[in-house]
Amino acid sequence: MSSENKNIKRQPEWIALCRRVVKSGGAKLGAIIFAIILLFCIFGPLFSSYGPNDIDLMSMYGGPTLKHPFGTDALGRDMMARLMYGGRYSILLGIMASFCSAFIGIVLGSIAGYFGGHTETIIMRIMDIWSSLPGMLLCILVSAVMGSGFLSTVLALTVGSIPGGTRMIRGQVLQERSKEYVEAAEAFNCPKYSIMFRHLLPNCIQPMIVMATMSIGSVMIQAASLSYIGLGVQPPTPEWGAMLADGRSYIRTYPHLLLVPGLAIAATVLAINLLGDGLRSALDPKLRD
Amino acid sequence: MARYIIKRLLIMVVIVWCAAIVVFTLMYLAPGDPARILLGSEADDNVIQMKRVALGIDKPYLMQLGIFMYKTFVKFDFGTSWVYNVPVMSELAERLPRTILIGFSAMILNVAIGVFLGIKAAIHEGKWQDSTIMIIAMAFISAPDFWVALMLIILFAQKLGWLPAYGIESWKSYVLPIICSCFGGIAVNARQSRSAMLEVIRADYITTARAKGQKEDVIVRKHMLPNALMPVITSLGNGLTSIVAGSPIIETVFVIPGVGAYLLTGLNSRDLPVVRSCVVFLAIFSSIAMLLTDLAYAFLDPRIKAQYASGRRTR
Repeated sequence: MSSENKNIKRQPEWIALCRRVVKSGGAKLGAIIFAIILLFCIFGPLFSSYGPNDIDLMSMYGGPTLKHPFGTDALGRDMMARLMYGGRYSILLGIMASFCSAFIGIVLGSIAGYFGGHTETIIMRIMDIWSSLPGMLLCILVSAVMGSGFLSTVLALTVGSIPGGTRMIRGQVLQERSKEYVEAAEAFNCPKYSIMFRHLLPNCIQPMIVMATMSIGSVMIQAASLSYIGLGVQPPTPEWGAMLADGRSYIRTYPHLLLVPGLAIAATVLAINLLGDGLRSALDPKLRD
Repeated sequence: MARYIIKRLLIMVVIVWCAAIVVFTLMYLAPGDPARILLGSEADDNVIQMKRVALGIDKPYLMQLGIFMYKTFVKFDFGTSWVYNVPVMSELAERLPRTILIGFSAMILNVAIGVFLGIKAAIHEGKWQDSTIMIIAMAFISAPDFWVALMLIILFAQKLGWLPAYGIESWKSYVLPIICSCFGGIAVNARQSRSAMLEVIRADYITTARAKGQKEDVIVRKHMLPNALMPVITSLGNGLTSIVAGSPIIETVFVIPGVGAYLLTGLNSRDLPVVRSCVVFLAIFSSIAMLLTDLAYAFLDPRIKAQYASGRRTR
């Protein structure tokens, strides 16, 4: 098959999938909200005259004004600019951590499901032990051990959700493994990694895509929680959770410092979850018409 | 059945051991010398070395691990806090009930409310009740619980003054933490029981029940509900563990001296006995929760019960 031919066959499938996702009202709403937030975070700073860490002691604790639409914080920093830069950190944390844990889950799950036997037992027992400590607890521990910083936070957030993904992929691979195309591939001596990742994986990956999409939202919440309790990304980095941690001291006097970043997190997570839900029903063969 | 329970108990013991080894190793690798943190940065090197010997952290990794495992699991001695010099066990005995109280109450609330909402949504599938409930569930999943907690503090503690914002003086102090801990669970349970209900709602035996003229509420209660509850029961253990694992955050927000807050102070001051014991306790707690869930599941679902009764367990 030529590569051109492949492209022609592939593309409509993707477009059809996107159409199916957007068909439901919720997913459409989610896609629109998420796109707006993304544009706001990526291109917003280009139009803003304030940096995220520009201190202006003349205008501390300002309410919403024309100059500062979301007010200013305890050091007179523009909340809007901080929100825009913070969104980059928060969303990137969510996406990277979900992607990493999905990737590791796919590799481990495929190996366990395909090879079976002792390999499977060992991997799955390790996953049992791994998941005996609940995800959030593991996140907190790893984050405390690794110290603060962007990459160590990504690692901490990744670690907690690996067992779930591994189990799911393994289950899927086990279902597919006995089918004829696998037997055929084995019969003409196809390399094992090729069977696992080129033949089996495309048939197993759909629930993983849904799971990873949905987990971006929950990982973002975990990231915010970590920064809130003083681990993870630290102030003055304008991550949304760190902004909430900053604003905590002014809960009595200036609640808007808490309201705005929290709403930003909630709106983003809501949009991602709506999209994930749409994706789930679009991929669900039972609901497909 | 008995053999299954014994097997599960043994696995549980091994898993708790492994969790203990994992947390020990993680904390061993953690940067920062506990002795130096304890004595401050100006302390003399000799004094610090003596402190290291006294704490037992001068020994090689395997020896420290062996001593820790022996003390914890053979003698049930959880050590003394390095910072406060208080036995960890007595501190935990005081703090554990608070964390568990919040965890269990939140669990009961979220199952009750979640299942109720899920059934309501499934019965009115596609109507406004359904979409309202699902939107509420979506919102509950999407809002970070500690932020909801902060907003509720602003509303109920500061604007209205009905409930205290922090501390544990009276029963009122527990109201907000419990409410904040159960939001996520309500949403998960509502969604789960809704989809489980929708799976059975068009089943043949429901049609049969309707055809014989059974009352609608009896159909819902007796015929649909048992099936709808199964996935909720499976997720009970998970739900409880995730509430307890989230306790460091909620306890930080409400300044509740529970296990989670203890773990965090231990982590910040590299108070290793405190961290290890808290994690071991949480691991034990979560494995017990998982075990009970599995047993309840096996006990309540006649199909699985029959499998064990006949002695053939197919994997």
